[in-house]
Amino acid sequence: MKVNLDQDKCVASGQCVVAAMEVFDQRDEDGIAVLLNDSPPADQADDVRHAATVCPALAITVEE
Amino acid sequence: MARAAGCPFDPPPEARAGQQEDPLRRVRLWDGSTPWLVTGHAEQRTLLADPRVSSDPDRPGYPSSVPRDPGGSSISFILMDDPEHARLRRMVTAPFAIKRVRALRPAVQKIVDGLIDDMLAGPKPADLVEAFALPVPSLVICELLGVPYTDHGFFQSKSSTIIKRDAAPEQRFAASQALSAYLDALMGDKLDRPGDDLLSGLAERVRAGELTRGEAAQMGVLLLIAGHETTANMIALGTLALLEHPDQLAILRETDDRAVVASAVEELLRYLNITHNGRRRVALEDIAIAGRLIRAGEGVILANDVGNRDPRVFPEPDRLDLRRDARRHVAFGFGVHQCLGQPLARLELEVVYGTLYRRVPTLRLATELERVPFKHDGSVYGVYELPVTW
Repeated sequence: MKVNLDQDKCVASGQCVVAAMEVFDQRDEDGIAVLLNDSPPADQADDVRHAATVCPALAITVEE
Repeated sequence: MARAAGCPFDPPPEARAGQQEDPLRRVRLWDGSTPWLVTGHAEQRTLLADPRVSSDPDRPGYPSSVPRDPGGSSISFILMDDPEHARLRRMVTAPFAIKRVRALRPAVQKIVDGLIDDMLAGPKPADLVEAFALPVPSLVICELLGVPYTDHGFFQSKSSTIIKRDAAPEQRFAASQALSAYLDALMGDKLDRPGDDLLSGLAERVRAGELTRGEAAQMGVLLLIAGHETTANMIALGTLALLEHPDQLAILRETDDRAVVASAVEELLRYLNITHNGRRRVALEDIAIAGRLIRAGEGVILANDVGNRDPRVFPEPDRLDLRRDARRHVAFGFGVHQCLGQPLARLELEVVYGTLYRRVPTLRLATELERVPFKHDGSVYGVYELPVTW
């Protein structure tokens, strides 16, 4: 799995951090998401897909 | 549109009509205009995330729920489009980041415990709204923003006027002017004597020339209203819904598992969806969706309460089921305007739902359901009062 995050689209909702804390974090200064791991292991794949689903800004895309 | 008698937790039947075969249809508003009503969950998400729809109520075709205020409304960035919306919103996103909000849990727990102590020490029956549901989020948002809680009588009454659908436009305008003046004065204090609260952070940006004092005050108004009205209604209405579904209430009363409580919060958000006026937008370009064509300049109302009862996403949608996975709900909206304060709302609701029924296991309604005054006239649904005993 390959994860992409478009920080220009991100609205800092933090939904991705709730869904997959090992893969996403937020910048201290403005809460914009940061990608910690663009190739997460299989056991985190469902959480990452869920993060992409609930991201209100459609800023996360996943290539399987 | 009115809710069905005896079904105070369900969206109006008229709003739900045709959701399956026709997720977009025309409706007629109070002013004779005929915007689109979008009831499908998927279609709502698609449109709310589409930059070709605008949130600006000054654009022709915007489907206003009430006559416009004589002075024009100005509740900061929720009624703006990008890039102006993003510029302002990004100035207040940091304090709502997940880890910063989660760090507030002990403070929120202390507030909740203290209010329950006071309620239990006071007379029975008690009004849960006044004793608990309104003070919890008011105390939390005051702390976060740096607003003196001693002024709560003032800002709570102005807020409730602003969000009352049947208040006269002049009344709403006067209430909004009063709150603006109050926040402007407070901004003056923060400029003189900054603390470590959110409003002081905005004052710092005013000093740096990134923001005008007026913009900062309007953001303060928005955060203050949004920060207590919505959560207060979720607490009181959620408690009523649970009291009416004792098997579901038992799940919360009998668990100390945070994951169970967090899941229950999502389901109550989905089921109650208190922002029952819909999200309102106007199309900037022609948009083809679900076999329909929304023309540029046409209004669009996204009925998120109905979307959250879409059986294509939530099987048996009218059943309150705290154990279901409800995380795809649109109670906080979707797209760039999705609720800024949702991490804080979730935290408050997790602490409240995870504490109140365990500490007061005999909590029950002190009146009949038929006598509970529901906020049919508010842009945020809930109850005006909730007499409870234990």
